[in-house]
Amino acid sequence: MALNTSAAPHLRTKDSTRKVMIDVLIALMPAVIVSSVVYGLKALIVMLSCMVGAELFELFIMKVLRNKKNFRPDFSAAVTGLLLGMNVSIAVQWWQILIGVIFAIGVGKHVFGGLGQNMFNPALVGRVFMIISFPTAMTTWLKPGVTDLVTTATPLAIAKESYGTAVNFSQLMANNNINYMDLFLGKISGSMGEISAAALLIGFIYLVVRGRIKINIPVFYVGTVVIFSSIMYFINNSYGTPLFHVLTGGLIIGALFMATDMVTSPMTFKGQMIYGIGLGVITMVIRYIGSYPEGVSFAILIMNAFVPLIDIWAKPKIYGTVKKEAKI
Amino acid sequence: MADIKNLTNGFIKQNPTFVQVLGMCPTLAVTTSAENALGMGLAVLAVLVMSNIAISLIRKLVPDNIRIPVYIVVIASFVTVIDLLMHGFTYDLWKTLGLFIPLIVVNCIILGRAEAFASKNGVLDSIFDALGMGLGFTGSLLLLGSIREILGNGTIFGLKVMSETFKMYLFILPPGAFIALGLLLAFFNSLTLKKQKKGGK
Repeated sequence: MALNTSAAPHLRTKDSTRKVMIDVLIALMPAVIVSSVVYGLKALIVMLSCMVGAELFELFIMKVLRNKKNFRPDFSAAVTGLLLGMNVSIAVQWWQILIGVIFAIGVGKHVFGGLGQNMFNPALVGRVFMIISFPTAMTTWLKPGVTDLVTTATPLAIAKESYGTAVNFSQLMANNNINYMDLFLGKISGSMGEISAAALLIGFIYLVVRGRIKINIPVFYVGTVVIFSSIMYFINNSYGTPLFHVLTGGLIIGALFMATDMVTSPMTFKGQMIYGIGLGVITMVIRYIGSYPEGVSFAILIMNAFVPLIDIWAKPKIYGTVKKEAKI
Repeated sequence: MADIKNLTNGFIKQNPTFVQVLGMCPTLAVTTSAENALGMGLAVLAVLVMSNIAISLIRKLVPDNIRIPVYIVVIASFVTVIDLLMHGFTYDLWKTLGLFIPLIVVNCIILGRAEAFASKNGVLDSIFDALGMGLGFTGSLLLLGSIREILGNGTIFGLKVMSETFKMYLFILPPGAFIALGLLLAFFNSLTLKKQKKGGK
């Protein structure tokens, strides 16, 4: 029998970035389908063109600007583009989204050195850029299921008006025709992809079953939000029920698909715990006292900045070393 | 005696903002509009020319050990003059630029040119150098200010060039200054790199 001698690693996984990214794209499809049912064909076109546009722009950067002739697309830009497309209101103009996509891929990703080097989640960099640059378009929400352009407020914006007042929260929800089933299934106004918690959960379960994502970060994130909002709910009923805070806004898509981005989240369990709790606290603080009704994208970007620090602090003990030595 | 190269050096080759990356504080802070940027650039240009002349004249009298305090005093006097002049004649601009006019005293470009050039060269050369650097600084400020004003507010020098919907508010805000400056720096660096590559071949 011939024995081969070769250098480590001897066990190679067949997983590549491309396969992981294709799985993420598949996992996002339920949410895309739901939003194209709710918002019509235009939503589907916008989201798909974001996806294609992002991938084309990355191809341009890699081949022309960075001179990598043998670059093969790994669809990570497509994920970024699709997430960005899912995270804006249907009322946004196509060229505004295009600028957002260019900013996300160019400044959010390639300025830092491309895939694996970016500190911040590129899709959220693009989104926050758009929130600040186009404040009117980004905060115009259309009523779902209606073919006419009827603007409306998101549930979070409605709730924000009454935080800390004597308003009865369940009364408020009834007055504005909000019920938990609609929140769960996606019959609410909001960004294109964030509305349906159910569809996002289906996609997430697919990713977990395929072993692409660990559930630590979402569990700690959503758990913190639940605990924080329960405390506030018992202090004053008008701060909204925990279930309301979990199901509205971008919390589900943020916790499941954006906070868990492999590049911009901590690697160890301890780190992911700190990261998740930090995300939850910042999100709720922005929701309660910030000037925006929703804080998920800002929370994720703020915690992204801390990830390198968390990674250093939560480094596992090297096997065989004593604590004193590890301290050097 | 005077070398014309000293004048043209500051425009692109030794551009204070994009090549030397000096004087970032006013560059980032006052370039919210083309008008502010031009005003700031011209104020710096005036101070730079006058301080370079004065320092070049007294360069042999100043003892080496205390040259920095002496330079600062000279620069501060000229800045006070400019400050009062702007207060008197361009009150609105003076009000918008605010603290950044007195801060010209500690602008690295002015002290840098005093230390690196005027203290070692004759008066005429120093004037040329100051003009070159000052115009280079004014030009780059004007470029950054115009880009930020056009993108962020849709206007240039207050004139409307772009429709309201195309405004990208971010570029008026501080992060926009960093992003616009970074993109411009990248652009100029790529130009220099290309030139070097051509020269190498």
